[in-house]
Amino acid sequence: MFAYLVRRLFLMLVTLFGISIVIFLLLRIVPGNIVDILFAAAGYVDPADKANLEKELGIDRPLIVQYWHWISGFLRGDFGYSYVSEKPALQEILPRIPITARLAGLALLFSASIGIPLGVISAVKQGTRLDYFLRVVSLSGLSLPSFWLGLLILTASVAMFGQMPIFNPNPQTWLEAFATYAVPAAAVGFRSAALTMRITRSSMLEVLRQDYIRTARAKGASEAAVNYHHALKNAVLPVITVIGIEAAFLIGGLIVTETVFNIPGVARFLVEAIRWRDYPIVQNLVMLIAVVVVVANFVVDMLYAVFDPRIRYTD
Amino acid sequence: MRSVWALAAMAALSVLTASTTTLAGEPKQGGTLRMYHRDSPANASILEGATYSVNVPFMGVFNNLVIYDQHIAQNSPDTLRPELAESWSWSSDNKKLTFKLRQAVKWHDGKPFTSADVKCSFDLLMGKSQQKLRQNPRKAWYSEVNEITTSGDFEVSFDLKRPQPSLLAMLASGYTPVYPCHVSPADMRTHPIGTGPFKFVEFKANESIKLTRNPDYWKKGLPHLDGIEYTIIPNRSTAILAFVAGKFDMTFPTHITIPLLKDIKSQAPNATCVVEPTNVSTNIIVNSSSAPFDNVDIRRAVALALDRKAFIDILFEGQGDIGGTMLPPPQGIWGMPKDKLETIPGYGRDLNANREEAKKLMQKAGYGPDKHLAVKVSTRNIAEYRDPAVILIDQLKSIYIDGELDVVETANWFPKVARKDYMLGLNLTGNSVDDPDQSFYENYSCGSERNYTNYCNKEIEKLFDIQSQETDLAKRRPLVWDIDKKLQEDVARPIIFHARAGTCWQPYVKGVTIMSNSSYNGFRYEDLWLDK
Repeated sequence: MFAYLVRRLFLMLVTLFGISIVIFLLLRIVPGNIVDILFAAAGYVDPADKANLEKELGIDRPLIVQYWHWISGFLRGDFGYSYVSEKPALQEILPRIPITARLAGLALLFSASIGIPLGVISAVKQGTRLDYFLRVVSLSGLSLPSFWLGLLILTASVAMFGQMPIFNPNPQTWLEAFATYAVPAAAVGFRSAALTMRITRSSMLEVLRQDYIRTARAKGASEAAVNYHHALKNAVLPVITVIGIEAAFLIGGLIVTETVFNIPGVARFLVEAIRWRDYPIVQNLVMLIAVVVVVANFVVDMLYAVFDPRIRYTD
Repeated sequence: MRSVWALAAMAALSVLTASTTTLAGEPKQGGTLRMYHRDSPANASILEGATYSVNVPFMGVFNNLVIYDQHIAQNSPDTLRPELAESWSWSSDNKKLTFKLRQAVKWHDGKPFTSADVKCSFDLLMGKSQQKLRQNPRKAWYSEVNEITTSGDFEVSFDLKRPQPSLLAMLASGYTPVYPCHVSPADMRTHPIGTGPFKFVEFKANESIKLTRNPDYWKKGLPHLDGIEYTIIPNRSTAILAFVAGKFDMTFPTHITIPLLKDIKSQAPNATCVVEPTNVSTNIIVNSSSAPFDNVDIRRAVALALDRKAFIDILFEGQGDIGGTMLPPPQGIWGMPKDKLETIPGYGRDLNANREEAKKLMQKAGYGPDKHLAVKVSTRNIAEYRDPAVILIDQLKSIYIDGELDVVETANWFPKVARKDYMLGLNLTGNSVDDPDQSFYENYSCGSERNYTNYCNKEIEKLFDIQSQETDLAKRRPLVWDIDKKLQEDVARPIIFHARAGTCWQPYVKGVTIMSNSSYNGFRYEDLWLDK
């Protein structure tokens, strides 16, 4: 077990080192830096001013020096200063993380709480009008881009209620607070719910044809007991895997949803930082996400080893 | 008796009506103006900025020496008003401009405003101070200023190399606030200190900008508002929906396209909307330093092929302006009159004749129906650039030019243009003041940083100087027209059209004036008020 732990830990560090190199180099491969963008916006360039600014920001130094400066700072918890706002990068990143985390959490909750029950119903009622209807709904969920759905929700809100649920940092009523996160979460979670619904349905249909389900029915178990106690329990495993994968993909949907609903979360902030080539923000934020994902994977692997002796004894 | 009562009732009614009218017209104190902002500006320093994304939110923090009257839409020499300067005077040789400064004005941090601050600001702009601006896009505006001198705490003079009456126009621009000596340029980027009607509260990048009332503002009783809050919403659809839903009192100025204006008027019929020219021209930049556009015939053919009206009809539903370099009248004060404009090749009404002439020029250069010229039309990857570029490509087909759209990300656009890595480009040029000095020297003088095409004509440059020194407006105007005409004939940077855009506000927002010949100078908002 110790050897396994050490090997996984070593692999984790190597992965993070590789990711840091990729992040650093990819940002430099993209044409233009913050200085180019600032001068492009001003429509002129003074070579002396440009050189001064590059020196001030430290982007005139050799790449290896820039990399070392960044990664050693990251390890010390010194994220440097945003090129754009000139505020500490950590101060810019941290307040935005809970906003996106809440949105992502609610979107996943929406996805699971809508997708799983409707998937079960669709499977149990296979071939009925309800099943066809739910399949059309799930297909539309997979087909509708979340930005379009978001705009549709906003337009409908304005047309029907004269109100629109865009981000409010200080909600006055519970309804406002709910709308601040729930509506955009529903917009981004709809696609995920549709996918969950389809996976649940196909998984349930497969399980419902198993011998042990027939046996349960033969023993006189009620339909509800068969469907929820015997079938769903076994069908839900692939669904959980898909929801887990979806969580990682959610960041892409959140960028669009945060833009449409004007939510000052970390996803939109990251895109803006990339647009400005704000290296301290982009490098540290992406690295932070990478650390969270890699550490979470490491913990899961450790738990597998704890719960499954076959894993820990293979070395 | 009945008539006496009737008269009394009428008198009472008229008094009541009069007082109601007075009350309705009297500005109310208080309230926070909520506006959306189209994007997150790089920083809060107007002197370092080159986009009105900085001017709109931060102009209210500052004062200028002089300013254009904020309630007259057309900026002109007649609408210049004193601000931090109480008065100004020219020396007899027109080479010294002296300002008497206002006393008892305080910066937002309580320190007194003096002539030293004016000197500091303009030394900073001229690159003469120890402290440096990170970017100084308007340094060229002060190329004729020798030095700034002070006489006591409340008098300051600009010593010029030669007469330049339009220096006052530059000083009145929203781009020319006076900065405090005691605050560094770096601090001004993150926490600006001014003397203006509003104090800076906070700027959260990609989120919001907040200003609050300056209770010690030197104009007593102003501002009327308690503050202004800008919510940054880059997505135009979301922003407009939010305005329609009443989340905002006003749209971002000149941010509404003509087609979108219709949506707003149908969904928020009570909103007040105006459409004004932005003094931003859409133009063609031609790389005349390499083939094929080193051939003047091909450059002229391109200019002759333009159907300017079609651009305006497609993009602005007819609400745009055809002109030369200077914004055309009636909003523009220096633009050529229509009859003069139509004498320029390519501006004539007979489009078919123009294109026939263009075809002949192309054939002379060796191109024709069997041999088309393949050209890349480069432009920025922004709708305002891309859309007209597509129309341009379509129009060039009529003269044997096959254009291919080459969209360039903003970060790479200017470096690409600067290193002349393009054949034909579609560009937008904004004029922060409606004045020939700003436009001619910036865009057409030899060696200017913003002269993207490297057009250089020493003869015309002499004419720039002549018009610049002319103090009589009536004499200066024909000089400017002649220069503008010559620039178009030389195909220096063919102007396609001058854009217009809309601004909307809720009916209870009072005191808004949208400038009609500049998008950079009308955002002090000190006497804007909310009638609710």
